[in-house]
Amino acid sequence: MRNPVRNMLMAVPLLMFGPGAPASADERMPVVTDALTKAECGACHMAYQPGFLPARSWKTIMATLDNHFGEDASLDEADRAQIEAYLVANAADRNGRTGWMLRGLGQNDYILRISEMPWWVREHNHEVSQRAWDRAGSKANCTACHRRAEQGWFDDD
Amino acid sequence: MHENLRRLTLIGALAVLAGWPAAAGDTSARQLIAQFAAEAGTQPSAARGKALFMGTHTGGKPETPSCTTCHTRNLKAAGQTRAGKAIEPMAPSVNPARYTDSAKVAKWFRRNCKSVLGRECTAAEKADILAWLSSL
Ligand code: HEC
Ligand code: HEC
Ligand code: HEC
Repeated sequence: MRNPVRNMLMAVPLLMFGPGAPASADERMPVVTDALTKAECGACHMAYQPGFLPARSWKTIMATLDNHFGEDASLDEADRAQIEAYLVANAADRNGRTGWMLRGLGQNDYILRISEMPWWVREHNHEVSQRAWDRAGSKANCTACHRRAEQGWFDDD
Repeated sequence: MHENLRRLTLIGALAVLAGWPAAAGDTSARQLIAQFAAEAGTQPSAARGKALFMGTHTGGKPETPSCTTCHTRNLKAAGQTRAGKAIEPMAPSVNPARYTDSAKVAKWFRRNCKSVLGRECTAAEKADILAWLSSL
């Protein structure tokens, strides 16, 4: 005999996070499948999964590659357009999605860093020791702390 | 007959394996230096290349005052990007894959010279830098 209250409680996280919410405890962030994106956007840091940012963020990043967080990361136009199309098609808000990852983000907030998304700040505020920050050297260095980040796993520490 | 076929297949496989590193690239440091020098009409100078690579510059982005910001001063060891990812050594003596892909060389010269110097490197500068790097 199943307990209806327990069933309801179990449904709460599903309602809160919605279907396909990536990277919650036992879920996996869909990995980068486009070879060009993997190679070009993985040269200076891990190729971040497109599902971490909304389409408008990716578009802005891809329009400003010649001044990319203090560096020139420019591409020829054919490669640039192909990568942008891939990132946008797989963005956090693809097909009108509204996951927990977008919560707290205004329609007009153009956040370009995953590490400045409200959920990211919340998730990393208290749980990460100063030693771990020093070792990683940069918030953008996800793989320093999440060894299987490129495989889509972020819950391994 | 069968034996011969097998031998042929083996030779073919070995040729493919041996050719693989060369096939991954389309050029060599020597070829690139000759091209850039011809374009510039100058003699390449490893000493000038070293000075440019090791020097500190002010024209570019403040985060990257020097080529050594990422590649370090020891070109036989791995460097590091600003986001903490390792960069394979630049010296061909320890990393033979270096300077064998003309599109790759062109892309990174464009980006890195703009980041460090605030402008593209001239053909003469590219010849100088490669003359020095390829001697390491
Ligand atoms: C030439 C090197 C280089 C290349 C190539 C490059 N990036 Fe970056 N990227 C950086 C640097 C440097 C930072 C800032 C790192 C830091 O703050 O420590 C960065 C940061 C980022 C961030 C923000 C990370 C954070 O803090 O959350 C995103 C997103 C990003 N890059 C996306 C891309 C995409 C998409 C591509 C491919 C089109 C790309 N990058 C290619 C150098 C590069
Ligand atoms: C200095 C170490 C460190 C860095 C760098 C770091 N993280 Fe984290 N991250 C943590 C810790 C610690 C947690 C919380 C513990 C946990 O849930 O694994 C966490 C949690 C997370 C979570 C939630 C995991 C879950 O299942 O609850 C995600 C997603 C995540 N990080 C993504 C990223 C991304 C993307 C980057 C790079 C832009 C990054 N992190 C960089 C240490 C780090
Ligand atoms: C912000 C970090 C950074 C700076 C500063 C930097 N580089 Fe690089 N460089 C890289 C990265 C990353 C790569 C590509 C990764 C690799 O090939 O291992 C690269 C690749 C190269 C390549 C291509 C090597 C090949 O195999 O074909 C050349 C040439 C080069 N850099 C020259 C320079 C010169 C010259 C400067 C100074 C004007 C410079 N770099 C400054 C990060 C940097």
